[in-house]
Amino acid sequence: MSLAFSDAAMRRFEKIVSRYPNKQAALLPVLHLAQEEFGYVPPEAMEYVGALLGVPPIKVQHVATFYTMYNLKPVGRFHVQVCTNIACYLTGGPEIFAHLKRKLGVENKGTTADGVFTLEEVECLAACGNAPAIQVNDKHDHEWPIVYHEDQTVAKVDALIADLRKKASASP
Amino acid sequence: MKNLDVKILTKHLDDPELHTLAAYERHGGYGALRKALKGGMTPEKIHEEVKASNLRGRGGAGFPTGIKWGFLPKQTEKPVYLVINADEGEPGTFKDRLIMERNPHSLIEGCILSCFALKANHCFIYIRGELFKAIKRIEQAIEEARAKGYVGPNVLGTGFRCEIVAHPGAGAYICGEEMALIESLEGKPGQPRNKPPFPAHVGLFGCPTIVNNVETIAYVPWIVENGGQAYSDLGSDRNGGLKIWGVSGSVKRPGLWELPMGIPMRYLIEECAGGMKDGKVMKGVIPGGSSCPPMLAREIDVALDIESIKKAGSMLGTGCVTVFEEGICTVRLAQRIAHFYEHESCGQCTPCREGTGWLYRNVKRLEHGDALEGGLGLLESICNRILGNTICALGDAAAMPIQGFIQRFGDEWAAHLGAGRCPIQG
Ligand SMILES: Cc1cc2nc3c(=O)[nH]c(=O)nc-3n(C[C@H](O)[C@H](O)[C@H](O)COP(=O)(O)O)c2cc1C
Ligand code: FES
Repeated sequence: MSLAFSDAAMRRFEKIVSRYPNKQAALLPVLHLAQEEFGYVPPEAMEYVGALLGVPPIKVQHVATFYTMYNLKPVGRFHVQVCTNIACYLTGGPEIFAHLKRKLGVENKGTTADGVFTLEEVECLAACGNAPAIQVNDKHDHEWPIVYHEDQTVAKVDALIADLRKKASASP
Repeated sequence: MKNLDVKILTKHLDDPELHTLAAYERHGGYGALRKALKGGMTPEKIHEEVKASNLRGRGGAGFPTGIKWGFLPKQTEKPVYLVINADEGEPGTFKDRLIMERNPHSLIEGCILSCFALKANHCFIYIRGELFKAIKRIEQAIEEARAKGYVGPNVLGTGFRCEIVAHPGAGAYICGEEMALIESLEGKPGQPRNKPPFPAHVGLFGCPTIVNNVETIAYVPWIVENGGQAYSDLGSDRNGGLKIWGVSGSVKRPGLWELPMGIPMRYLIEECAGGMKDGKVMKGVIPGGSSCPPMLAREIDVALDIESIKKAGSMLGTGCVTVFEEGICTVRLAQRIAHFYEHESCGQCTPCREGTGWLYRNVKRLEHGDALEGGLGLLESICNRILGNTICALGDAAAMPIQGFIQRFGDEWAAHLGAGRCPIQG
């Protein structure tokens, strides 16, 4: 096991831990940090985080597998998450999701062969007033990793995907 | 009807810089904090004003905030915690995000005042992990407030210590439930604890804890500044003040509006949201998030206060209404809702873990015209075996809408029995 935080990540780690009365309470934000650093949360990352926080790896695993935002397997550069819950259901979310499955040639939670996109159907994103909504995570963007795209249509989604493709080839 | 022009949290939303401390203060922000801490208001006095305000929790259950605060032990050796529920995950709900992204200092000022009233020195704001912009805005607001001496070891030089931490969730609807949220804050899976003991006695890190919704606490500065009675007068009987209402779904102008408690739902849908879009005809509404039983189009004259809507057979919930049109199959819509609760059950207690799965699978079979023997009665009996038998209210949240759909749209549901396919949408 050779995973370790960079110096910069270690500084962020120290800052996070300082906010809580005990180390375990920092587990969720530290797992977010680990995912940012390592791209996903493999068992080695769970062990590493557990050792840093003094939490047994089995407990870290219990937490990492409970929450949907932690990716236990590698995902594509862009994790495209389409809401199909009630407001989005009524305004075209399912149609957009079906369109993206066809367009990217993947099923739910599938990753394109070039590793650029992972597609997933998700629950309400608290963007119902601007439905349908899509959340895109960019693995390479450490400043602003999550962006919402609201008021989507099939045409807008096509433009979005083209945009992200361009970004991927400009800075792989 | 009440004066509809009074605004509190949305009054200065036209200022694109409102999220900054400078703009918030330009519009009078942190005036309440100065008034309370420099003007000699005691914690007890603030608590009294909140009681008088008839502010009811905006997280869905509508519990009177002043009464909840009174549940803290009078004397305790342990630290007291204030926890803000910013997990906003109830499908159809999108109001707390607006406050956090556009007016974050109203929440921070509310947190400081509430900590002062509760004699708490620590506040955690548990923000849904997906809401990255909200987390950033809240973190920035805390830093700005700290630099000004509003947050930190010595608030406004009074010796009062107030630390506020923004904590990101990681994707789990159940963490909106207050006991699951507390577990999650402690770095554990979000599995609710049995109550009692209630969090006011044994909450975060085993200490007395008050959990309140974002919107609830964001109204506290106005109440401190203008008095509880003035806030109460803005609303209706026992439902104090204003609230941020939402409309989504098949309407012309979905969005959020800040209006008094007790306004008619019809006003919200027709005047604010512009009525149905593209010539559609309203079939019904889900009043306040997906756990609320649906209502028929002809029932929307109901007043939006906790008691009126309960009497009408549903719940105020989060105050965000989802509107659906004729042509939408309510079984298929309910199937989507049932799928959500099955996915989000934490798996801890059997009636919820198994029951939400049974509900989903049986609603799905019904939608495909392939219901098991027992039909709607079977669905009702599953609901009855969940309701009231679970550790937390997620089970109820899954069962209530199904019961409600059967009650309101029973003919349509019955038409699916043995049909071999969906008779509405094919
Ligand atoms: C399954 C479930 C999910 C909930 N989700 C939320 C939520 O996202 N936000 C919220 O404020 N309250 C939520 N609640 C209600 C909380 O348990 C709690 O009542 C609320 O935060 C109290 O704050 P209030 O009194 O200010 O409304 C949820 C409850 C349940 C049972
Ligand atoms: S239902 Fe899609 S964002 Fe709320």
